[in-house]
Amino acid sequence: MASSAYTPAPDRGAGASVLAYLVTAAAVLALMMVFGLLMRMEQAQFMSMGPVWFYKLLTLHGAGMVGIAGIAGAAIMWHFLRQYVDLSPAVFVANLVLFIVGVAMILAGVLIGNFHGAWTFLYPLPGKSMGMWSTGAAALFMGGLLVIGVGFLLLHLDIARAIIARYGSFARALGWPQLFGTDDGNAPPPTVVASTMVTVVNVIALVVGASILTMMLVNLYVPSFNIDALLAKGMIYFFGHVFINATIYMAVIAVYEILPRYTQRPWKSGKAFLAAWTASTIMVLFIFPHHLLMDFAYPRWMLITGHVIGYLNTFPILVVTGYGGLMIVYRSGIRWDVGSRLLFLSLFGWAAGVVPAFIDGTIPVNYVMHNTLWVPGHFHTYLLLGMVAMVFGFMYYVGKPGQNTEDSVLDRIAFWGFAAGTLGFTFTFLYSGKEGAARRYAAHLAEWVPYDRIASIFAMLVIAAVLVFLARFFARLGLASRDHPRASLAASGIGA
Amino acid sequence: MAQQIAWQITLVLTTLIAFAFVYVAINSGRREEDYAPLQKRAYRVRTRLFWTLVVVFVPAMIYTLFDLPYGAGGARDGAGPVQIIQAKSYQWRWELSLDRVAPGQAVEFHVTSADVNHGFALYDPDMRLVAQTQAMPGYVNRVRYTFSRSGAYRILCLEYCGAAHHNMIAEIRVGAQ
Repeated sequence: MASSAYTPAPDRGAGASVLAYLVTAAAVLALMMVFGLLMRMEQAQFMSMGPVWFYKLLTLHGAGMVGIAGIAGAAIMWHFLRQYVDLSPAVFVANLVLFIVGVAMILAGVLIGNFHGAWTFLYPLPGKSMGMWSTGAAALFMGGLLVIGVGFLLLHLDIARAIIARYGSFARALGWPQLFGTDDGNAPPPTVVASTMVTVVNVIALVVGASILTMMLVNLYVPSFNIDALLAKGMIYFFGHVFINATIYMAVIAVYEILPRYTQRPWKSGKAFLAAWTASTIMVLFIFPHHLLMDFAYPRWMLITGHVIGYLNTFPILVVTGYGGLMIVYRSGIRWDVGSRLLFLSLFGWAAGVVPAFIDGTIPVNYVMHNTLWVPGHFHTYLLLGMVAMVFGFMYYVGKPGQNTEDSVLDRIAFWGFAAGTLGFTFTFLYSGKEGAARRYAAHLAEWVPYDRIASIFAMLVIAAVLVFLARFFARLGLASRDHPRASLAASGIGA
Repeated sequence: MAQQIAWQITLVLTTLIAFAFVYVAINSGRREEDYAPLQKRAYRVRTRLFWTLVVVFVPAMIYTLFDLPYGAGGARDGAGPVQIIQAKSYQWRWELSLDRVAPGQAVEFHVTSADVNHGFALYDPDMRLVAQTQAMPGYVNRVRYTFSRSGAYRILCLEYCGAAHHNMIAEIRVGAQ
């Protein structure tokens, strides 16, 4: 049985490479948020950049946000996983170098080559631009994604090697002996279980992603090398959906590791936890057809699978991770700071985000809401209010000068500004989607513009709060690498 | 209708989740030192939560599978034989074999693309999205809809297809208007 006793764990500083990841993520995140705001302001008719620039920013925003979600998630996972397994720092650094090379290629493809085929690069759009960009620009963009994908694949292969070297197999690292046999209390810690899940799904997703990118690169220069558009779409969405999903499953490790330090209560790998993560491993691989529900040409069973898994996928998130967070915080005597608040908020963001997600994955609903602003509404909820809040929580945690350091008033205001701004921003997206407002439109119809204006104001609030978070993180970079106690210890109380 | 239900369910469930988080945050200050009994109680509540979700979600998941838009599912009580309209998409325009139908007419759109992926989305005169499917090169997707109201329906592209994606709008007139 999983014990209820908490074993204190030392608060270790982040290594230089982890900080390099976070600094890269922070810089790109800030820039991409500004791009996002500019797009909403264009739709709101607060400014006029024109459709080509709008779609160029759209392409950069999508690719950039997915990329830094991966980078920030990998930084959190690597930081905590190395407590348990022997990871290669060289491979970790190589991934960041390849990421930066890939970003440079993407920026060149978009800003110099004018590529604006969206980050989803749906075949055959990159090769059919109507003269708006060259083959070389499309190749630079897709080549950049490929380079980034290769970096992540190397990282995951190294993680796979380290996990197998320590635990013997993925099955043991996922805690299957304890899940399917007797729970002897010796299941691997949540960080290892989560990292194993992420590694399994991402290795498969990255190989599929690299395959379709390579096929499309060949097609760019040898057009007679035809690709089936439906197959290409399936491969792209499989890769894209698994990869972006995996970033949350990486970042949630911060919650598993840090909240117990604040509450002095354990987050153990019990049977329910192990079952949830094994189920998530399978479901994350098979849920992607919920993006393809309007592709009637797919086999019916595949589309129904997307619908069904959309519902089932809510269980591990709501019942295990979301509820688990509530359990260890309830009557814990936790002394809140901005870091722990952000981590707690992130669990709410993830749990709340699954609601519009499974609703959108319901086929009759998708029929009238697919590719409306409901879609960015749902994924901004669990990414911005969930995944990104986990990253900010981690940044506050590693940068915290000491256990008893009080947050400034500005940080507290920023926290509430972020929470309110993100909720307002995402719910405006959702409401616009309900009203039929199309996503990825450089110019909206007049009836949708009021929502765009409201969203722009909320987006400004979010960015203002995020700038405070990031400024605090940069100001505390020197402290972030030191080993010292950070988590405020929970106060003693009833039964002390 | 589906949009309204989706919005209301989202509000209700999100509020319930928010309530749980606020309740726990409010009750986080005083520490209950012995975690084991609290954990035991919480596991009992979790089991109830799990079964509540099963009882609510599984029937909802199954029920919504009875109303699939594939095949003839999108048409309701149309009068007379089904009118077929060929809808072919190009960067950046729609080519419709017919752009005028009678009120109450059930129509089956045969949707395809001559170049890249597009999204065929039908909006009613109040700009409510009422039906859609993807327009793909090499495939024909069939979507049925019965035009119950007179007026101008619009077809918008809902799959990003390049620089003039947002301008890719066609119109279908229903009735004498």
